[in-house]
Amino acid sequence: MSPLDRIANVSILKQHEVDKLYKVEYKPVMSTSEQLCFLIRPRIQTVKWICDVVNADKTAGKCRRYKLIFTPQKFYACEAVLEEEGIFGDVSTDEWTFNLLPLDEDILSLELPEFFQDYFLAGDQRWVRTAGTALHLLHSLYGPFSKVYGIGRCSKMVYELWREQVEEGEQKAHQAEIGKVFLIDRDVDFVTPLCSQVVYEGLVDDIFRIKCGCVEFGPDVTSSDKSVKVMLNSQDKVFNEIRNEHFSNVFGFLSQKARNLQTAYDKRRGMDIKQIKAFVSEELKGLKQEHRQLSLHIGASESIMKKKTKQDFQELLKTEHSLLEGFEIRECISFIEEHMNRQVSMIESLRLLCLLSITENGLLPKDYRSLKAQYLQSYGVDHLFTFVSLRQLGLLVEQQPGDTLTVMESKVGKLVNDKTAGKLTDAFSSLAKKSNFRALSRKLSLVPKSDEEYDLRVPRDMAYIFSGAYIPLSCKLIEQVLERDSWTGLEEVTRLLNGHEFAAAGSSGADLSEKNDAQRIILVMFLGGCTFSEISALRFLGRERGYRFIVVTTAITNSSRLLEALLDNHV
Amino acid sequence: MMKSKADEEDFWNSSKCKPFTFDDEDDEFSKLKESKQTVKNIRPLVDEDEDEDDVEKISWSGEPVGSISWSVRETAASSQRTEREPAFPKINTDTPAISRSLSGYSLSALFKGGTAQSDSSVRLYAPELRKPKSEYKDIVSDWSPEHTVQRMQQGKVVHLEKFRSLQDKLLLLDFAVSAHDGNVITAVLIYLKRTLSKEVLFRELESRQTALRHFIHYLTETRDQRLLLELLRSRTSPLLQYKEHLSIADENKRRDFLKSCLSLPFSPEDSAHVQDHYTLLERQIIIEATDRHAERGGKVEIFQKFPRRASILNMPLITTLYYCCFYHYHESEGTYSSPLNIRQTFRISDKQYFVTALAARAKLKAWSDVDALFTSRNWLGFTRKKSPLSFQRVVDILHRNSAPTQVLQEYVGLVDDSDLRISLAQKHKCHDIVINTYRDLKDRQLLLGYLSKVERGSAEAGKINQLLSNQQIRWRN
Repeated sequence: MSPLDRIANVSILKQHEVDKLYKVEYKPVMSTSEQLCFLIRPRIQTVKWICDVVNADKTAGKCRRYKLIFTPQKFYACEAVLEEEGIFGDVSTDEWTFNLLPLDEDILSLELPEFFQDYFLAGDQRWVRTAGTALHLLHSLYGPFSKVYGIGRCSKMVYELWREQVEEGEQKAHQAEIGKVFLIDRDVDFVTPLCSQVVYEGLVDDIFRIKCGCVEFGPDVTSSDKSVKVMLNSQDKVFNEIRNEHFSNVFGFLSQKARNLQTAYDKRRGMDIKQIKAFVSEELKGLKQEHRQLSLHIGASESIMKKKTKQDFQELLKTEHSLLEGFEIRECISFIEEHMNRQVSMIESLRLLCLLSITENGLLPKDYRSLKAQYLQSYGVDHLFTFVSLRQLGLLVEQQPGDTLTVMESKVGKLVNDKTAGKLTDAFSSLAKKSNFRALSRKLSLVPKSDEEYDLRVPRDMAYIFSGAYIPLSCKLIEQVLERDSWTGLEEVTRLLNGHEFAAAGSSGADLSEKNDAQRIILVMFLGGCTFSEISALRFLGRERGYRFIVVTTAITNSSRLLEALLDNHV
Repeated sequence: MMKSKADEEDFWNSSKCKPFTFDDEDDEFSKLKESKQTVKNIRPLVDEDEDEDDVEKISWSGEPVGSISWSVRETAASSQRTEREPAFPKINTDTPAISRSLSGYSLSALFKGGTAQSDSSVRLYAPELRKPKSEYKDIVSDWSPEHTVQRMQQGKVVHLEKFRSLQDKLLLLDFAVSAHDGNVITAVLIYLKRTLSKEVLFRELESRQTALRHFIHYLTETRDQRLLLELLRSRTSPLLQYKEHLSIADENKRRDFLKSCLSLPFSPEDSAHVQDHYTLLERQIIIEATDRHAERGGKVEIFQKFPRRASILNMPLITTLYYCCFYHYHESEGTYSSPLNIRQTFRISDKQYFVTALAARAKLKAWSDVDALFTSRNWLGFTRKKSPLSFQRVVDILHRNSAPTQVLQEYVGLVDDSDLRISLAQKHKCHDIVINTYRDLKDRQLLLGYLSKVERGSAEAGKINQLLSNQQIRWRN
């Protein structure tokens, strides 16, 4: 399902006399229509394809009207392509500032998965302003915000661009509905999105891939020969109750629910006509719907179980937990080796390698070489590029002797004039970024003591989303800052995270009194994507501390999406 | 949304609905011409008018050769010109082509949220029309880089060709960078690319990391491979050049290209990988040719029994090894396709070789080969089973290849840890192992319990009963 489907379906487009729909791709458009309307993301490649279509029409002497609608905005580079291809002026262009798609009551998405590779991998800031605009939109509707916190270079820029827009625009005074805002860069915490998700919603995303809040369940789930598309959000009552649960609790819940349903259906026995009439008109519809939802989620759970037992999920989790704990690393390495040697999924292998590297603060050169060689042997030498990307992002690196960075910095420093010097060292510190995971984990007690029993039914902290093995770093930071209402006392932590934290008073006119309900509503903006597990963790934190979190993200991500973005880059 | 399913299919497959037009063609064009003509008639007036004020203005409406004017408002080819006439608001109402295109049914209206015609046209055109002359002047006079960047951020028209000195260009770039707007940074870079020699541009980018990364990304996206290679000369360029092989479909050409890559200045580590890649493809080409021939000939049994599902070309090394273990297992070390030869040539580790060979032979159910893989003889001539892989994993691989219980049993028995051994034995129904382990543990209760899990009257049941009645065992319980 695409974002467009969420707002306009085919029949609406048809009502507006759209003749046919095409996917924009590299091939001629076979249409008799005299008007072609392209609704596209501002990508150079896409614009080039469209130029080909227009130029082919020109050569064939076909006269058509063309309209290009860029969403969420037009980029100069795209217009430059139109100009270069000689069709600037032949096509009319427009923008559709479609910034935020509400995926649920507490999730808003920019639906820009490319934000991640564009910004973090290529260092291209094209979407930074887009994110600032989205924040501005929320601010003008639900602000003024009382306080803004953030961590990461991108967060800082988004904050500044938002600020600029606030100052340019007119101030409308109204009752604030959102109190505080927290901005966070994805590269502050790569560990969390690389872990296997074990909370129901995350698992469903890992296995079936939720797109735009919608999932397609195949025949193995529906136990018929058809696939169904289902919206997964709080409207689905069954789903709403299990989405944040650890998978081990889901079965029990579903069977309880099934029994309740049976009882409800059974009620109709021994009813008289009048009662049956009431039953049919009042309850039956709800029960039927619940029945449908229940059977789907039972089917999904079964299918998840089947898939997971097949791939030794238990052992995989054990390895992950060992890595998070920094325990029996040699065993973990040999597990990863076997995984690669047996040519099990190349994304999984890569995921484990990255987890190993981040949690260990880089691999020993000897290990790095041997693991890389085995990876290339199992999955192809073409993956040399993947390793370049991974190194660039700091996801998979060799341990460097401590002084390398300073030598490089001083060398480069000489080349640079004073004005840009500051920026340049910034750029380098992000390139040579260290993960420092072990130190952070100790400092923030991210890994609960393993000898204690963890009751997943009654979670005591956010670690429950990873079976009690790890509290997501991203969410822990948010918790800590909200608790202190500042970064004070977290200096060591931010140093380990390479800095770039900030806290700023929001716009004037914000009501700061704690009594104000809006102060309990916290907007968390993830730049570069967030996972369903993180959302579950925040929901838990909200329940515990009396907050309500609204998550804004550039896209919903998970380990596969994150890593596939790096493979795609080079194919 | 479910309901519209039928609709949808109907819609995608057929083209029943009438082609969508804004207007009757002839009418439309004549009106368009009309409006163009109106515009043409007006221009001299404007130009004259402007000439008096400021010479610069000519370029704004007249567009000199090579100008980059960015216009981010709705710019239909026809409406563009009319839009530029701030002094003549009447024109808009005189050009039906524009207002027609904004009718309630038009797509643009839909995407503007379906507002009525008057609304959207006001929103789109009113600001331009109402623009006072003073602002017009302001655009022309304030050419500070800062202001220009601001205007670009807001999507307003700017004139970059005013920035001619290197210093001005760089100031513009630095302001764009400090504004954090990637869109503007790239726009400035496109302009710099057109107006600076690449030597100067590259030199200046060297100390501007953010701009440099935007430029690299822009070149990557526009596939300006030549310039990109020049820019990255000393960085990752050997890899970038090597990457070109992906676009070569013909395997012989690809091999030759890889060969030409061997002399590129890779890091020693990468150099070895590229060398391996070349050697592997070279070998795959030979194997593929021979095997295809053998398969077609129909005389080689294994190809008849297990037809090849895909060509081996361009497969990873381990896949190639698997293939050779499958089809060429017993060949002597001298041939290209012999697994042993591949193992040697590519320095494949014991574990890698072992896992792959095991999987391939197990797939063929060649259990004697499997057995031989593990057998090593010590100096006294005793054989024993050794594996670089845990026996637990071995059992798993065998099980996935549907090995019979007798085969599994042998390897389950070699698992050291007794708990693990029992659970594996139970999972794979290797009753003997379970029974023997319980016997060794002298655990009568567990043994008794296990009796219920085996078939009544089977050999296993008999064995358990026999053990239970054995008076010589000193049971612990």
